[in-house]
Amino acid sequence: MATSISINNISKKYDDTPALNSISFDINQGELFGLIGPDGAGKTSLFRILTTLLLADGGQASVAGLDVVKQYREIRNIVGYMPGKFSLYQDLSVQENLDFFANVFHTSMEENYDLIRDIYVQIEPFKNRRAGKLSGGMKQKLALCCALIHRPQVLFLDEPTTGVDPVSRKEFWEMLKRLKKENITILVSTPYMDEATLCDRIALIQSGKILSIATPDEITGKYPQKLFAVRSENNYQLLKQLRNDPQVSSAYIFGEYLHVTFKNDVPVIEAEEISPTVEDCFIQLMEMS
Amino acid sequence: MKQLKYLLQKEFLQIRRDKTIFKMIIALPVIQLLILPWAATFEQHNISLGVVNNDRGTYSRRLIEKVVSSGYFKLTGYFTSYEQALKAIETDEADLLLEIPGHFEDNFVRQQQTDVMLSVNAVNGQKAGLGASYLGQIIADFNRDVILQQGIQLDLVNLINVMPYFKYNTEMNYRNFMVPGILVMLLTLIGLVLSSMNIVKEKEIGTIEQINVTPVSKFTFILAKLIPFIIIGLVLLTIGLFIARLVYGIFPVGNILLIYLFALFYLSAFLGAGLVISTYSNTQQQAMFVAVFFMIIFLLLSGLFTPVSSMPEWAQTITIFNPIRYFVEVIRLIFMKGSRLMDILPQLGAIIGFALFFNTWAIMNYKKTS
Repeated sequence: MATSISINNISKKYDDTPALNSISFDINQGELFGLIGPDGAGKTSLFRILTTLLLADGGQASVAGLDVVKQYREIRNIVGYMPGKFSLYQDLSVQENLDFFANVFHTSMEENYDLIRDIYVQIEPFKNRRAGKLSGGMKQKLALCCALIHRPQVLFLDEPTTGVDPVSRKEFWEMLKRLKKENITILVSTPYMDEATLCDRIALIQSGKILSIATPDEITGKYPQKLFAVRSENNYQLLKQLRNDPQVSSAYIFGEYLHVTFKNDVPVIEAEEISPTVEDCFIQLMEMS
Repeated sequence: MKQLKYLLQKEFLQIRRDKTIFKMIIALPVIQLLILPWAATFEQHNISLGVVNNDRGTYSRRLIEKVVSSGYFKLTGYFTSYEQALKAIETDEADLLLEIPGHFEDNFVRQQQTDVMLSVNAVNGQKAGLGASYLGQIIADFNRDVILQQGIQLDLVNLINVMPYFKYNTEMNYRNFMVPGILVMLLTLIGLVLSSMNIVKEKEIGTIEQINVTPVSKFTFILAKLIPFIIIGLVLLTIGLFIARLVYGIFPVGNILLIYLFALFYLSAFLGAGLVISTYSNTQQQAMFVAVFFMIIFLLLSGLFTPVSSMPEWAQTITIFNPIRYFVEVIRLIFMKGSRLMDILPQLGAIIGFALFFNTWAIMNYKKTS
């Protein structure tokens, strides 16, 4: 499989705070790649470097074989970028925004209509409404349309589902699956671990460092211990007690359950053993590093 | 080129959509030109005058009548003593005191010499200066009248009557030079404030991020920001010229196209300065504050309200770097003197220099990659 995005020892510092610490990985052509990490992990910095908006302090990166520094002009013609913050013209209507972004890429909406049709039909009823007056989910769909309007080879989506309701989030990921069929490479970042399983491969990122890169199944498969879910009337009290217990290796709250691992194979009489989620893996990797 | 067209379409659409700004753009020239020329006058009327008349003869009465009938003064009252009159100054009832001594008439007729005393409340310096000089002139006039009437032979020197001839503005109508000046103020406001807020708005809302990942070049982007405001500025100038003609009957003696030519470069210079401000600011508030700060300084140092030649030398040096100064000079020259292109070449050269300087700076500083 051909490499679409190649990242080589990329580092970036803001004053003295390191945002990215010598990161390297490759993304394949047509892959749906997830960058998973909490706020402040360095996801947006990496996106801005790859979309030629920010210069890295060290290292090289290329998008579709083009160097992000030397060939930034060419890159701008072939990538689509949807920033984390809604950044279309709020005082222009849906249609005006689409036409404008099509025009500056020397194309028209009709030309690439097949690519955006599935998404566009959902916002078409509001096409004369100002973008600023749309709901969160509609804004996000419009932003995706605008990012796709010039049929980019690589699509960068920076936290596209942050602040979006669960139904719209689900719809959004279904749209991404469909786009994958068009052989568009998609790099998507998200703080939501549950979305990670929907990606082909994911990179877990924390404090500017990559903790692990693999398919979601591989990552959860590498979980080193047996994981149990326990529950009580007072989970907080239970958590405190578990953490004080010398036998307990880790204990975290996950919704209404506590996820617990033990140091030795304690003979558990009755507790439900569960398979780890990406979030469990993330916490475990974070603890290790 | 096509990209520029689409960017311009977008800019105009956005300006149209911003209802407040759009209304302001229309209302601004009308309001400024209808109100300011009447208020920003250099003539001083209604100076409150208190009189202490210790003489009560015919001459003193004639002098007071002459002062009051000049139209510059408003008699607030007669006071019996200077101390009493000073109280009127303290309570702001009088701006100026005229004290006529006892034996005024006697001394005047017999010794051909007498004194009057003026006391001026100088809190408002302009009012005080003008009031004192008006009153001084009236008294000198009165003096001459009396001398002529009595047929007293005096040195001819004392009888020289100075009659100024105001070239290029024969009636010395201050509106003739204030109205063109206010047109300059108008263009400055549009150029500096509106343009400085424009790129910042894109930064603040984040749209600049989206534009920056498109193939639109820096140059095209800035050009698309400049052109709409140049057009708006020239339209406003036209509205302003119409108002000047219809309301004040003022029309440039010189070539009107010369004003447009100068305005074109002037707008480019200020739009460039506005863009420079906007590339350094992160919020519209910052940009607005910086733009207004510079505008006030530049306007006060422009010669619009006070002549440049009356400023201290260091301030005059500053005005060399003030684009407003050149346009105020030039627009008055064209309006009143009818100056031609050849006459204003130095100022035109200066303003083209400013335009190049600010716009180059703006383009250099508006970085697509940070």
